[in-house]
Amino acid sequence: MAIGWYLTVSALIFCIGAVGVILRPNPLVILLCLELMLNAGNLALVAFSRMWGHEDGQIFALIVMVVAACEVTVGLGLIVAIYRRRLPINVDDLNELHG
Amino acid sequence: MSAVLFFLAAIGALAGAVGVVTIRNPFYSVLALVCHLIALAALFLLLRAEFVAAGQVVVYAGAVMVLYVFVVAYVGGSDEPLHRPGGALKVLAPLFGLALAIELCIAMLGTVLKGVSTDGAAYTQGFGTPAHIGTLFLTTYLFPFEVASLLLLVAAVGAVMLARRRRGLEPEEEVTPRFVPRAAFTGTMAEAAGFRAGAGTTTEPEKQTEPVGAQTSPPAGVGSTADRPEGGW
Repeated sequence: MAIGWYLTVSALIFCIGAVGVILRPNPLVILLCLELMLNAGNLALVAFSRMWGHEDGQIFALIVMVVAACEVTVGLGLIVAIYRRRLPINVDDLNELHG
Repeated sequence: MSAVLFFLAAIGALAGAVGVVTIRNPFYSVLALVCHLIALAALFLLLRAEFVAAGQVVVYAGAVMVLYVFVVAYVGGSDEPLHRPGGALKVLAPLFGLALAIELCIAMLGTVLKGVSTDGAAYTQGFGTPAHIGTLFLTTYLFPFEVASLLLLVAAVGAVMLARRRRGLEPEEEVTPRFVPRAAFTGTMAEAAGFRAGAGTTTEPEKQTEPVGAQTSPPAGVGSTADRPEGGW
């Protein structure tokens, strides 16, 4: 398969993730959609790595996975802290830092 | 054969992505993301990135998703409205996504990269194997590798600090010692056997105060943290 097909799939996944981040009010689902966008970037990186025949893109993809794991850990810690304080788990109601 | 596998994996990945966004229950969203990640690992294998595919399945679909499932079970995933009650974003978000997709497609069609329409560079033996990736990580990319390990450590410590239960004292709470020291030679075997002088008349008031102290001291130590609501900071 041509590399362009993989890039198309990557672009579509990225757009779906972006729509989810905007649309969903639950921070858990927003984190899931961020995962989608990061994975779309990973797919593009690995596809370009295959295109050039170098493994540098795969190294970059692995580093992106590490950063995504860190982001998930801190994000889920924040959600657990929000739940412990009995605040609503809804990004529209958690707007005290807003303005 | 590779075309069939590609389309199967691509359809699986796209269906999983759509499922994450459109399923109302967060628990099923997480399961849809697991399907998406496994399909994506198949795409990585088709691109001859064996180590990345293995890492995707083990780290992502294994460890990170288990973390998600635990948090969803803790927080309590229930059905919820798909979009905010305001309503403007319901229209604007798909429009934004469509605009983004059109822009990315224009960028891909207008590219001058010749390799995009080919199957990629010629396959060399050992491309994407753990041996090659490990060699690169320990030679050319040693510094990013070390920085990544430091970042993981910082994230783990930060998550523990964020999510731990605060056990500090409330402002109005008094510090009470857990043990109240009893009078000398009371409550010993010598006193029970009657060898000590303190075992005479003075033991009766001591024995009355002893259970009172035993009843009051445990709530000061243990009960106060149990009475406090779980979210006490």
